[in-house]
Amino acid sequence: MQKLSLSKLDQFLEAMAAHQALYLPVEDHSGQAKFQRWAPGVQLSSTLNTVRSAKDFFFPQTEDLVNFKLRGKEIEIIDPRTEHEDFVVFGVRGCDARSFTILDKVFLADPVDTYYQSRREHGTIVSLACTRPEETCFCTSFGIDPTCPQGDVTCWMEGDALYLTANTPKGEALLAQVADLTEACGDEAVKAQQERVSAILKKLPLANFSTKSFGGQVLMEVFDSEKWGTLSESCLGCGTCTFVCPTCQCYDIKDMDTGHGVQRFRCWDSCMYSDFTRMAHGNPRLTQKERFRQRFMHKLVYFPANNNGEYGCVGCGRCLSKCPISMNIVKVAKALEGDCK
Amino acid sequence: MNTETLIPKLGVVTDIRIDTPDVKTFRVVGLDGKKVFEHMPGQCAMLSIPGVGEAMFSITSSPTNEDFMEFSIKKCGCLTNWLHAMDVGQQITIRGPYGNGFPVEGALKGKDLLFIAGGIGLAPLRSVINYVRDKRQNYGSIQIVYGSRSKEDLVDYQEILDEWMADEGIQVNLTIDRAQEGWDGHVGFVPNFVKELQPDLNKTVLLCGPPIMIKFTLEGLKELGFSETQVYTTMELRMKCGVGKCGRCNIGSKYVCKDGPVFRFDQLDELPNEY
Repeated sequence: MQKLSLSKLDQFLEAMAAHQALYLPVEDHSGQAKFQRWAPGVQLSSTLNTVRSAKDFFFPQTEDLVNFKLRGKEIEIIDPRTEHEDFVVFGVRGCDARSFTILDKVFLADPVDTYYQSRREHGTIVSLACTRPEETCFCTSFGIDPTCPQGDVTCWMEGDALYLTANTPKGEALLAQVADLTEACGDEAVKAQQERVSAILKKLPLANFSTKSFGGQVLMEVFDSEKWGTLSESCLGCGTCTFVCPTCQCYDIKDMDTGHGVQRFRCWDSCMYSDFTRMAHGNPRLTQKERFRQRFMHKLVYFPANNNGEYGCVGCGRCLSKCPISMNIVKVAKALEGDCK
Repeated sequence: MNTETLIPKLGVVTDIRIDTPDVKTFRVVGLDGKKVFEHMPGQCAMLSIPGVGEAMFSITSSPTNEDFMEFSIKKCGCLTNWLHAMDVGQQITIRGPYGNGFPVEGALKGKDLLFIAGGIGLAPLRSVINYVRDKRQNYGSIQIVYGSRSKEDLVDYQEILDEWMADEGIQVNLTIDRAQEGWDGHVGFVPNFVKELQPDLNKTVLLCGPPIMIKFTLEGLKELGFSETQVYTTMELRMKCGVGKCGRCNIGSKYVCKDGPVFRFDQLDELPNEY
């Protein structure tokens, strides 16, 4: 384990930024945190709970897939990609760090999504242990330990120091870049913080929330539940839950005529939208009830069915705090628990 | 294998056949004049006109056709309207093949086959029918029951008359919804026609058509004594990526683009009825 005095935090960030792009949670004018590129003077936010998740780094909200030039009946195909630059995402929470491994199961499954893969290869994740979990947090329900988050490097901020440990060769390479700022140390301070935060975690309102009644084996039982109607009654279909979700990965592919050619891009999409499944001959999910059901069934049942029981949720709590009608995966899971038989 | 699955290849349309008032069959080859890729019967491809849209279509030609691929496309939306308006020589983009296809080299081998199609539902089955005709020794008897709204709406009508009906050992039963002049064949809906025909219960059925036709035909087959494990169909849902990632064609734990589009009805029973 390495130790960095917080008085050297700016130097530390500057040293990393000298080697590659560096992103970290920064507070905006309204006091909300968002990931922003570091430049001299940019301060690390005191809260790690960014409004948007860190999935943007690997699966951006929009990205060009392919461009075309049209001349009469002829088409030219142009691959618009340039080599991605190396980058570091600093200050990733344990929940978001886990979300990357869930996205990997989709995008790196055969056939590999090379757009995502390239960003994954160029990105180094530096996670930061949570010290102030919020009332909306329930990552522990999915076996995530926010006091020891995964990532290429794991950090703890305690007292006047930042403690760092590398978990991967990428992480070791990153720590080597800042080696003259850090010194070897013991893990007593980290252990003490972990104990303190673990005690807080046990007292959180959702500490005992569990999705273990769900999973791939209860497909029809949950699908046919009569409760979907009342649960989805007030859903606005705004899609906010899917956009702030670190594991939602559905996308659309669209063409835009730029006047000089056609840009084909992909962008985040939402199963909460009526257009999502609409076809020339009709729509298999006609009302918001079916769309709402799809989102939760996918996270609690379909995804686990295809991924050895792993749920498509990391308990980050964003949907709990952002849903305009205060509906969320916790309420849905609790309401449907009794139908999982 | 091309790992850039979202970047298409170029194809050129070398022939356009007008099948019905709203169905045309497009012949497509690569710019080098050869097939753009190989496929199995029942598999699909993403076709696109940049700036207009991209959509999934079943490949209606048999893989035994070594020269080109064909797509029978019904005019029903933005992209298909554009495709219907284009001329020979137009370049399009194409990527694929996608999906599992019919198990022509597996469960269907050696079986007596009953094809049941309605309207444009013949498009994916035509690939299998011509594959089986070209490898005749590998399969048992062939019966094709095909129906459309009218005589003019029968897709591939000329090929059915000239080739399928002329083949030894292929029984073709055509029907149209309403009686019309110049038609002395059967009149009536496909589900009832199938029941009247009383097909042999040992046949393996490949069924494709509009959802309502599939529903009643399946019920009819079950009344006759067919089991769901004997009946295959091919599905159609909105798709964007074609490789099980964009999430659009997800039903239960399956993705129609990659786990389907061909399913046996007993497999569909295990999925939510959301298609």
